[in-house]
Amino acid sequence: MSMRTPLRQVRGLGSAKSGTQHFWHQRLTAMANIPLTIGFVVVVASLMGRNHAAVVQILGSPFVAVLMLLFILSATIHMRIGMQVIIEDYVHDDFAKFTLLIANSFFAIVVALTSAFAILKLSFGV
Amino acid sequence: MAEIRARRERPLSPHLQIYRLTLTMMMSVIHRATGAMLYVGTLLVVWWLIAAATGPNAYATVQWFMGSLIGMLILLGYTWALIHHMLGGLRHLIWDAGYGFGPVEREWLARATVVGSIGLTVVLWLVGYLMIGGSR
Repeated sequence: MSMRTPLRQVRGLGSAKSGTQHFWHQRLTAMANIPLTIGFVVVVASLMGRNHAAVVQILGSPFVAVLMLLFILSATIHMRIGMQVIIEDYVHDDFAKFTLLIANSFFAIVVALTSAFAILKLSFGV
Repeated sequence: MAEIRARRERPLSPHLQIYRLTLTMMMSVIHRATGAMLYVGTLLVVWWLIAAATGPNAYATVQWFMGSLIGMLILLGYTWALIHHMLGGLRHLIWDAGYGFGPVEREWLARATVVGSIGLTVVLWLVGYLMIGGSR
């Protein structure tokens, strides 16, 4: 038999430890997304209509590549949390909900790593 | 006794259809909808980047699609969704900081979001067209 009080046993077990993590990360990436998205739009607009060689050269240049990598990182974290909220709001059946939540995580990671790989390949020119 | 008791219809809390449609409500719905659109739209970004990394032929396919009518419409929608979600996000950040909750401010912010997103999309495409459309 435990000598601990009921309050002591549950303290620290609730969502209070990390419950605000998604809230905070969503705001953090939202703030990062503002300059990064503007940069992304400028890059895309300046590449419109250019031929492949020019696109490879510009996308692979260090400044543009790092900007694109940061944009991809911030955007995919942001969209993963956002879609999780949408799923949790509308899907109440446990099986469907957890399937979608897992698919959501996979999608975000695949988008992030595939894009990052493409950018790095363009940069390092292999 | 419990199993023969008739299920009583419980009152439900009022949902969307009960309320008068307001601009701020619409902006909230559109913010979520544009977020979901951008989520799917990342596939275009992935396709574009992978094609560029693959080679001239793959990139030409992307360029052909983006230049087609359907591709242009998707890009136009993507541009608007991106700008709308960004302006909506700015509105949320203003609210997070504790400002803009008054009836005048929130209505103004909602208007600014929709006018701003459509306006900026038009400006961006006009600039893009003037810079690129003619020459290439």
